[in-house]
Amino acid sequence: MRFLVFAEQHEGEFVKNSLGVLSKAASLGDADAVVVGADAGLAPELGKHGAKVVHVAAGDDTLAPPLPQPRVDVIAGLAPDYDAVLFGQSVLAADVAAGLAARLDAGLNWDLVDVELQDGELVGKRPALQDSVLVEVGWKSTPALALFRSGAFDPKESGGEPEVRDVDVQLEDFSTKVKMVEQAHAEESSGPSIEDADVIVAGGRGLGSPDNFTLAEDLAKALGGAVGATRAVVDAGWYPYSAQIGQTGKTVSPKLYVALGISGAIQHKVGMQSSGTIVAINKDPNAPIFEFSDLGVVGDLHEIAPKLTELVRARKGS
Amino acid sequence: MRIAVCVKHVPEGSSHIDPATKRLDRSGEGALNHFDANAVEEALRLKGDSDTEVVAVSLGPQQALDSLRKALAMGADRAVLVSDDGAAGSDLVATSRLLAAALEHEQPDIVLFGQQASDADGAVLWAAVAERLRRPVVSQAMELSVDGGTVRVKRQTEFGYDTLEAPLPAVVAVSDAINEPRYPSLKGIMGAKKKQQDVLSLTELGVDPGEAGEAGSRTTVLALGDPPARGDARKIEGDGNAAQAIVDYLAEKRLV
Repeated sequence: MRFLVFAEQHEGEFVKNSLGVLSKAASLGDADAVVVGADAGLAPELGKHGAKVVHVAAGDDTLAPPLPQPRVDVIAGLAPDYDAVLFGQSVLAADVAAGLAARLDAGLNWDLVDVELQDGELVGKRPALQDSVLVEVGWKSTPALALFRSGAFDPKESGGEPEVRDVDVQLEDFSTKVKMVEQAHAEESSGPSIEDADVIVAGGRGLGSPDNFTLAEDLAKALGGAVGATRAVVDAGWYPYSAQIGQTGKTVSPKLYVALGISGAIQHKVGMQSSGTIVAINKDPNAPIFEFSDLGVVGDLHEIAPKLTELVRARKGS
Repeated sequence: MRIAVCVKHVPEGSSHIDPATKRLDRSGEGALNHFDANAVEEALRLKGDSDTEVVAVSLGPQQALDSLRKALAMGADRAVLVSDDGAAGSDLVATSRLLAAALEHEQPDIVLFGQQASDADGAVLWAAVAERLRRPVVSQAMELSVDGGTVRVKRQTEFGYDTLEAPLPAVVAVSDAINEPRYPSLKGIMGAKKKQQDVLSLTELGVDPGEAGEAGSRTTVLALGDPPARGDARKIEGDGNAAQAIVDYLAEKRLV
């Protein structure tokens, strides 16, 4: 089976998630990759992760900013040679995959956590209804299009030098109409990086005020971890965007995730659901976060968190 | 100007998948997908006091009229529902085709979507509809303004904040951070009943039945199974010993 993987890069750095998808594809069959808006200098890293051929689409200025529609044009030209085109979840990748589905009338299954071959047919696995059901999904089109959940696969280095091919891009008139006026750049964050942290203590609106983030910071320090935040508190200006976890923030999978006053909206869940152990403290017994916590504590975090910090300190000190 | 808002009627309460059809059971009580309320609100904000027309558009069973009436009660001017037994079970390919056909009839300057569907967790439809309409698309909008024939959007991605511009007509998906949707007033609810509500069949839409529903879909559901267990989840009430209980739990898991 021949796979094409969308190797998403941002300012010359590959998104880890898309490298994981590439590694998975290479374990199932022949995997090639397509990289858009960057030069061939990035190709060797894709070869390492299992790509035999790397299609490079650069040269046109309209391909540089991370916009979906020119990427649909690029991939639509390559897709007919493949059985499946695979994407790792991101704001950009979802828009590219859906545009491609409409362009090619090709089936797209999303939010997949795994894919396998059953009697030579591709079968995807998708948790549904708040992860209460695991649905096996298939495709009636070639190519099949698949979008995988963040953290579905770990990147693995298996391959060698890839063959690099330049893509001759034909852009549609409507694909180049969106103009990037100001593009986001990776923000410098202070303190330990939340993407690499083994322990994360994250705060939500339930903290009550920006000052109360010290509760999360103190506990994080005691546990030797980093501090995360929900979109709601970042939007409210309580904590910097660089700490935001969720759909439009960081995706994290620490060994321990402590959620303080976080309700557990779906946009937050997608950024932390692959954490090892999840402990949640929330005063609302019906908060959705309790549905995917290993230990749920219904109570007042303003009382519990400082005590917990003290107890952890005492334990580590002993 | 005309703004079309695409909305979805989603099951309310505990939903389940019908084992026979392997589809989400949509026969029970439903409600307007709450993420779509943000899109309706944004359309109404853009309209303001102008003569801009706001049209709510949906695809779904007859009950979806309830959700369209909620949009009308909030202040939308008119509603269009694509409803046909032959459209049930449509996947992204088929759904985007049907919605795009309905939108082609309306010729809106702006098409708005909410950030995702709360039932299928899908966050992809706008890009497929924009492709079929051959219009520019921007997603995750947290600020939206229209100046002449240009829409300007500030949005948040995994990397921070982008500012983008697109000429109209355009398709924009808004984030739920963009506004706080209003509650319909009693007057709005009463007035909604009198507003125009059109229900279109596949024939009226001009879409071949082979291109809709399961026949027009390119994905299938093969089997339903149990998810991998999350271990033994525990829930405790936070009395005076909660902090100690957490530490004991972490110690047991060798996390402290």
